[in-house]
Amino acid sequence: MTIDALEAILLIPAFSAALLAILPGYPLTAKLNVVAALATFLTSLLLFVIEPTSGQYLLLDDLNKVFIVLTTFVGFTASVFSASYIHHEIEIGRLTPAFLRFYHAMYQVLMFAMNLALIANNIGLMWVAVEMATLTTVLMVGIYRTHEALEAAWKYFILGSVGIALALFGTILVYMAARPVVGEGMDGMVWTVLVKHAAQFDPALLNVAFVFLLLGYGTKVGLAPLHAWLPDAHAEGPTPISAVLSGLLLNVALYALLRFKLMLAVNPAAITPGPLMVTMGLISVIFAALMLYRRRDIKRMFAYSSIEHMGIIVFAFGMGGPLANFAGLLHMTMHSLTKSAIFFAVGHIAQVKSTQKIADIGGLTVTNPALGWSLMLGVIAIVGLPPLGIFMSEFLVVSSTFARAPWLTVILVLGIIIALGGLFLRIGPVMFGEPKGNTAPAEASYVPMFTHLGLVLMAGIYLPPVLVNSFQNVAKLLG
Amino acid sequence: MSSLQFDIAHLLAGSLVLASFMMLYQDRLYALLNVYALHAGVLALSVAWQAYVQHAPHLYVTALIALVFKAIIIPVALHRIIRRLGIHREIENVIGVGLTMMAGIGLVALAMVVMLRVTSGADALAREDLAFALSVVLLGLLIMVTRRNAVSQVVGFMSLENGLVLAATGAKGMPLVVEISVAFSVLIAFIVIGIFLFRIRERFDSVDVQALDRFRGERR
Repeated sequence: MTIDALEAILLIPAFSAALLAILPGYPLTAKLNVVAALATFLTSLLLFVIEPTSGQYLLLDDLNKVFIVLTTFVGFTASVFSASYIHHEIEIGRLTPAFLRFYHAMYQVLMFAMNLALIANNIGLMWVAVEMATLTTVLMVGIYRTHEALEAAWKYFILGSVGIALALFGTILVYMAARPVVGEGMDGMVWTVLVKHAAQFDPALLNVAFVFLLLGYGTKVGLAPLHAWLPDAHAEGPTPISAVLSGLLLNVALYALLRFKLMLAVNPAAITPGPLMVTMGLISVIFAALMLYRRRDIKRMFAYSSIEHMGIIVFAFGMGGPLANFAGLLHMTMHSLTKSAIFFAVGHIAQVKSTQKIADIGGLTVTNPALGWSLMLGVIAIVGLPPLGIFMSEFLVVSSTFARAPWLTVILVLGIIIALGGLFLRIGPVMFGEPKGNTAPAEASYVPMFTHLGLVLMAGIYLPPVLVNSFQNVAKLLG
Repeated sequence: MSSLQFDIAHLLAGSLVLASFMMLYQDRLYALLNVYALHAGVLALSVAWQAYVQHAPHLYVTALIALVFKAIIIPVALHRIIRRLGIHREIENVIGVGLTMMAGIGLVALAMVVMLRVTSGADALAREDLAFALSVVLLGLLIMVTRRNAVSQVVGFMSLENGLVLAATGAKGMPLVVEISVAFSVLIAFIVIGIFLFRIRERFDSVDVQALDRFRGERR
């Protein structure tokens, strides 16, 4: 039983990917994609009832449980949104059924790769999974084959490849550090073994390894100054993929980084990764917040907002300690839910108005009240206004770090406020300005959006004790 | 390990760094591809030697991949793509050759200083290999940033990746090396197919990446 559920969350997407690659019919494949994503999500819930295990390849502990459930949940809701999104794309002829077959198969491969990265107990396997996730998203970003989409895919490709290449070098160095202690062979790459023996590893080698890993996986997290691929990839790909990129893939890369952070924490002589992460986090927050002011493309704007929030999360994890880790984890969850809800809304809006230019979208609350107000609610959530979930998690991040590093926290708060100004400045005319563009009512799927926003609202008011408990366990684990 | 074995491994890894330097000053695409084929050939030899020295038969697979896929198939495919796309053969360097070479020497020195210092505990072969591998990786990055041409950036990336394979095979007994080199080959195949399928020339009018900068990532 134990291994079954763990393997199932890999097998379901893998099997569905193969099936979706074969099946030709379009409306059927979109439904099948949703069913597969739902099945994966439901299976991931089973992970809570089974015992934590660890083998040579797979691992299940409190840390990755949280990540897996979040990933499969957003993967499922994004697939529901995707079904209605591509229905429109097919109608206007932006995508053809042949591309769609490819798209759905890739969607499931991406889910497979992300789940694999999350449950891998082997740092080599984890690397392969992250690489696979990168590749599939590159292909999906370029799927429209327009000039801009291809350039975005190319940029993402080159920068992502360099990132994962550096991460592999770091992985090799970790193995080199482990070899004298745990011996040659597979053990030197098994994470649970590494953590057990990390105290005896050569600290100098571990330090260099971590720098490479931080640069490598940090590129995938989208930390400034390694973020250059992120806005393009978000803006030019299909919107369901923007939602998955922002909501999930960034988290997966962050997860990889956290695993290595945990390993370094065991070795007293190695550098503490905290300050490095705090610095990169703060740079990302300030940089992204300032960049928000000059955005003209609505998806690109929210991509910068993702950089800002990843910065906040990395800052929280970098500060460490049970409370800041708890805040970071909560913030990560809230950001995933909110940002994907925003992208769901933005996707439909861009379809209705047939543009992504902020200047050409206006008066949404009048022309498309449901979409407009959901996006507004999403923006209110993402800038961190009460009573929504992100307010609470940002408040926790700030309050848990203020006593320890007041100046750093002041910089963080400054960044958050600058971002708030930028987003409101840009989104104001879009919401309440003169109605512009096509005013036809939208055929949108509201359920995923409302579900996410509802959850975020609920989390802002009341966090169920079960959730608090499990987050507290993980926060303790993260040290 | 006998000193002869060590010397040969050392020689091959050193040659790889040398080949990376040769790539730095090529100013024609075909010549760059030929040097890359040489680079991959040297890597194949080096990996095969490691397989022999470490008595690790699975590394022969990696060596074979390097030889067949990277030293033959990829350069030939890129040759054909370049011919078919009719890309003009001059490579525009962002900075001059002299300066690039100086930067390259600086990077190799950096790699030596960093790696030899932190791996004082490891055995001599692994240390040297790792230092050479980091040099190749850094030189690959240098090639990528000093070229504006998309194809030569890909070649830079592939040489970087050869450095990683060198590091992975030098780390004695490292598991999953074959799998990782297969994963990388898939990645490279994707890039090469991508160049062709996306028809960078048609779409972008030119493979000169600078021309892409017209689109600054922001619709105006």
